[in-house]
Amino acid sequence: MNRNKNAFTNGLRDGLPIALGYFAVAFSLGIVAKKAGLNPFQGFLSSLLNHASAGEYAEFTVIMANAPYLEMVFVILITNIRYMLMSCALSQKFHTGTSYTHRFFVGFGITDEIFGISIGRTGALNPYYTYGAMAIALPGWSLGTAIGIVAGNILPSSIVSALSVALYGMFIAIIVPAAKANQIVGVVIVISFLASFAVSKISLFAHMSDSLKISLLTLIIAGAAAALFPVKDADDNSAADSDQEVSVYDS
Amino acid sequence: MTHNIYLYIFVAAAVSCLIRTLPLTLIRGKIENPFIRSFLYYVPYVTLAVMTFPAIITAPQVPIAGIIALIAGVIAAWRGLNMMGIAALCCAVVFICETIANI
Repeated sequence: MNRNKNAFTNGLRDGLPIALGYFAVAFSLGIVAKKAGLNPFQGFLSSLLNHASAGEYAEFTVIMANAPYLEMVFVILITNIRYMLMSCALSQKFHTGTSYTHRFFVGFGITDEIFGISIGRTGALNPYYTYGAMAIALPGWSLGTAIGIVAGNILPSSIVSALSVALYGMFIAIIVPAAKANQIVGVVIVISFLASFAVSKISLFAHMSDSLKISLLTLIIAGAAAALFPVKDADDNSAADSDQEVSVYDS
Repeated sequence: MTHNIYLYIFVAAAVSCLIRTLPLTLIRGKIENPFIRSFLYYVPYVTLAVMTFPAIITAPQVPIAGIIALIAGVIAAWRGLNMMGIAALCCAVVFICETIANI
């Protein structure tokens, strides 16, 4: 019981900066939602259930266009396809005996950042860690959207501009220590930077959505890295017993 | 024909939920294939790197502010600053750079 409580508290702690970053980003997402005709409650609901920046942006453009429901299915499938890869990766982070309920709710909570901190834990993942992060980050995201719809352009543009990089700061906090610990990961990250920059400049890809670009680049680069530099088991299961809270939990 | 906003939200939520939960619930054992294991090991780092760059340059109003924020963030992360600190540092760098640029 204590292990779970401990994991939940750690999740809350690591989720706090995510929640603050989310609040700022969701605030600007709320401005888009308002243009699409959503009221604050609808914005809150959408963010609580979907919690995906690119995905929701796309969702609101579908609503704005009054497009068929089938188009919504397709657009969300494409913009959020990377979560499927993340879900596959997380499936390897659980003990094999983890219940369907835990698997479902951890899966439901996947966002770029929650995935990032969950996969970054040493050893097996305690679902309560992810629940802790969700408990603070998802309300931050949802409230930010709702308040963005209500308040619109209250914040000065200089503040919005500064807050817009908070999320990227968090990504840097995850990838740089990994690059420091493993040189190959570092090389893969630099190649990812360069490839992503190139794709953003090549007009051939100009009509492709950002999320689709992210998914394709991930498939290609991670696939090439896996073929060229296969990971030995010791690399991804290391330090399983260094973190006492995560190895065992009550189900 | 006018569509219902709640139905739109529900459709989007259902698709998102299936995408997120199906692999986790269906893949119950350890994947033995070394290629797939390695692939999944690299996925998070590649995804986060691709999302960070060049978006960190295009998000602020002044692109150079984003570049400096990126460099500052990488140095701070290399030295072991925590996640919250790095996020705050990047915001502060952009705010200061843009304030200077607008003088």
